[in-house]
Amino acid sequence: MEGVIIGTLLVMMAAVTVVIALQRNLFSVVILSGVYSFLMATVLVALDAVDVAMTEAAVGAGISTVLFLSALYLSRGEELKPLHKPLLPLAVVIATGAALVYATLDLPAFSDPGAPIHQHVAPRYINDVMRETGVPNAVTAVLASYRGYDTLGETTVVFTAGIGVIVLLRRLRSGKKEPR
Amino acid sequence: MKDYLVLRVVAKLMIVFMLLFALYVQFHGDFGPGGGFQAGVIAAASIIFYAIIYGLPAARTAVPDWLVETMIALGVLIYAGVGVIGLIAGGNFLDYFVLGHDGVHGQHRGIFWVEIGVLVTVAGVMLKVFYLFASRVREEG
Repeated sequence: MEGVIIGTLLVMMAAVTVVIALQRNLFSVVILSGVYSFLMATVLVALDAVDVAMTEAAVGAGISTVLFLSALYLSRGEELKPLHKPLLPLAVVIATGAALVYATLDLPAFSDPGAPIHQHVAPRYINDVMRETGVPNAVTAVLASYRGYDTLGETTVVFTAGIGVIVLLRRLRSGKKEPR
Repeated sequence: MKDYLVLRVVAKLMIVFMLLFALYVQFHGDFGPGGGFQAGVIAAASIIFYAIIYGLPAARTAVPDWLVETMIALGVLIYAGVGVIGLIAGGNFLDYFVLGHDGVHGQHRGIFWVEIGVLVTVAGVMLKVFYLFASRVREEG
């Protein structure tokens, strides 16, 4: 049953992607990418990854859509016709996609308990998390405690990204003001 | 959107619950899904919602720019500060078990403050990026 739900959602996502690629109206593209994010979030809920699903719904469907729309307000609403036929990019994309699909053939089957990822540190986290941290949600314990360094790095990345956007957009704005 | 009465009333009702949900996701993250990152994004989304309905100046009055910019740096400082306090208390950087009277209590404290740090930085960055984009629209449009 779960497989059917996930399969249906993935087919819908593929359909949305094809429509996005064919669509020339950028407003539709922005809204469809929001739809894509919501479908992705639903897939993640079906995979029991509610933490990631929340992030996908809030960032992918919520905040990115708002940012895209405000960027769209500054530009034209229609995508321009490409100057030449995109044959080379198409070939690169198809080759990369085929390589990735070929690589997945070597991966262990989905939710196979014998897969290497379930043999390394995962059993220790799952067995010892309550005794060592007293936090029932193992995701939070791994994120904030066992992998505290990584999360500090991630927070710093978010910080750096924010500073970068501030520097870029502020300079543009004051640069525009000067000629007036 | 200032003229749409229904939107304004519904937004006012919903923003309260969005902020409450952000706090729930933040402080219930130990037990259910969620944590600092998700809560920060939801909190920022509620302010962005406020800005869309009531206009950017209103949102900038409610959550001023200096506060947002302070939040961006403050969150990382809180996170790294927890690590430094662990150092002072006699452990390694980001060791939590020295923060309380026993290891589990220390872990709770450490995770709590670290998640606060993530929330503050993420909410600040999301809001600042939105403010910058939206103010460009306002000036040129």
